[in-house]
Amino acid sequence: MTQIPASLPPPSFAGGSFKIEQRSDARGKTLLFHGRLTFAEAEPLWHALRAYKQRAKKRERMDLDMSGVEWLDGGAMALLAHFRSELYRRGGRAEFVGASEAVQEIIRIYRGDQPVRAKKKKKARGTLDQLGEATLAIRSELQQMLAFLGQLLVALGGVLRQPKSANLRELLPTMERTGADAVPIVLLINFLVGLVMAFQASQQLARFGANILVADLIGISVTRELGPLMTAIVVCGRSGAAFAAELGSMRVNEEVDALRTMGLEPMRFLVAPRLFALMLVVPLLTLLADLVGILGGLVVAVTSLDLTYVAYLNELKKAVTPWDVGSGIIKSVLFACAIAMIACQQGLATEGGAEGVGRRTTAAVVSTLFALIMIDALFTVFFRVLGR
Amino acid sequence: MSEPLIEVVDLTIGWDQTVLQKDASFTIERGDIFIILGGSGCGKSTMMRYLIGLEKPLSGEVHHHGVAGQKLLQGRPEFGVMFQSGALLGSLTVGENVALPLLSWTELPVEASEAIVEAKLRLVGLQGTENKMPSELSGGMKKRAAIARAMALEPELIFLDEPSAGLDPVTAAELDELILSLNDRLGMTLVMVTHDLDSIFKVGKRCIMLDRASQSIIARGDPRELRDHSDDPRVRSFFKRQPPESP
Repeated sequence: MTQIPASLPPPSFAGGSFKIEQRSDARGKTLLFHGRLTFAEAEPLWHALRAYKQRAKKRERMDLDMSGVEWLDGGAMALLAHFRSELYRRGGRAEFVGASEAVQEIIRIYRGDQPVRAKKKKKARGTLDQLGEATLAIRSELQQMLAFLGQLLVALGGVLRQPKSANLRELLPTMERTGADAVPIVLLINFLVGLVMAFQASQQLARFGANILVADLIGISVTRELGPLMTAIVVCGRSGAAFAAELGSMRVNEEVDALRTMGLEPMRFLVAPRLFALMLVVPLLTLLADLVGILGGLVVAVTSLDLTYVAYLNELKKAVTPWDVGSGIIKSVLFACAIAMIACQQGLATEGGAEGVGRRTTAAVVSTLFALIMIDALFTVFFRVLGR
Repeated sequence: MSEPLIEVVDLTIGWDQTVLQKDASFTIERGDIFIILGGSGCGKSTMMRYLIGLEKPLSGEVHHHGVAGQKLLQGRPEFGVMFQSGALLGSLTVGENVALPLLSWTELPVEASEAIVEAKLRLVGLQGTENKMPSELSGGMKKRAAIARAMALEPELIFLDEPSAGLDPVTAAELDELILSLNDRLGMTLVMVTHDLDSIFKVGKRCIMLDRASQSIIARGDPRELRDHSDDPRVRSFFKRQPPESP
């Protein structure tokens, strides 16, 4: 009986229940398996088989004699089948021989008696391939966005003709979720922004004896820029993400398809109420944001700059025109459209399962933030050109 | 009589005010292909969730080898589960899904785990799908991948929730053959929730039939025996695929 070389793992695992012997004759080598081959002892079996494989010469025949096997389970069989395949792929041969009927059946269901197919090698993708794929993905994404915009415009046209088709029952609950529920966080953030900005400015203004100008600074920057922008960022994080995740889940659960089969157009039924709700609540939230931002400035003016609140308000009245507030409100409506449209587009483009929803929700928030900054920059330039 | 693998004693299942089954008692023996039957809404899949230990019973107990139901999901699982939808993790490839329990609960080298994954997928007829994402698979393929995952740790007990629902007849028949092989050749015990009559008669060794109205088990035993000899009209209607008999 040929002994397994000392460098191999012990043929009988300590307390284990299998043993492997190797025999050689004119036809080649044979591995004789004895005892119980189970998944519980997969690790020593794996190491033993690997050692035999490493020692096997190329094109060598090495049969697997199963006549001594009392029990074989699926996990152990998986490793034996892999061992056999590896020997074949090295140009050798290996067959299961001598198995009892029960063991042979396990070999059969794990396809251990089938010819071994060559493994397909995975082709590595080059940089150019990846670049090309990324470009095509961007093109496809842009096409989807344009298609969404087109479908939305058509749907809005339909809504104008038939307002009832817009699922307006959803409008008030959506306004509550996106507007009323967001009031506390919008107030807090904008109050703090006004406060921090006034505080930072107060030290510089005090050096020039221009304390009173804090009202101008806060009034104009909050109403024209920070109020609308900070509000839109909060709404994007709250409602934009919620829209994308909600519609994404509906899409992967085939609920959107179900709506279609019921003759309900998702653009009218799902997107329109969300779009209208944001277009109505974001300007209102922006007005509140303007007020509390100015209030934050007032607190600093009174406590750190020795101004009276009457003086602050009088200066504010002189500095801030209705156009400043109005331009911020106009921007906020566009911000609302961007948030609703991007979030809904991303949600409805969701594919796959939970991971797809997560990916689209992230994309919705990131794309919306980018869009908000772009819209803001364009408006600033546009108003400057108009001389406003 | 073989040794009971699962013992259910006076189990009441449901939630809050809704009781689905009251004081159910039965045993599942080693080597069984045990089928939980019943009409829609009678609590078949819910019963399976209690057997697995996913739900806390309203009253009564579930024991696996004497381990109480609440402790079943602590540590390395002693059983595998295939959920109705497959429940493959969408962020992992099919191969990674099957390898997940191996990598989490064994010290096997990655290459050995890969070999086992390949063999399990081959066993369920999904060879070559290791690198696909679950979203790229059909419903039937997802189920088969879920069975491969359930078998990864070579458990002696596997739960299958509606394994043949939504499958074409050929795939369903192949799945039945696989279930029989797992039971017959590998000695696995299988607990299935199904109302696919062909599958029930082909693979089922014992069954219980749940009834929603009476909140109880209305029949138990060999499904073929029940089909041919049951006195209960509800059982006859179910097996003969007929509307309920008029009182």
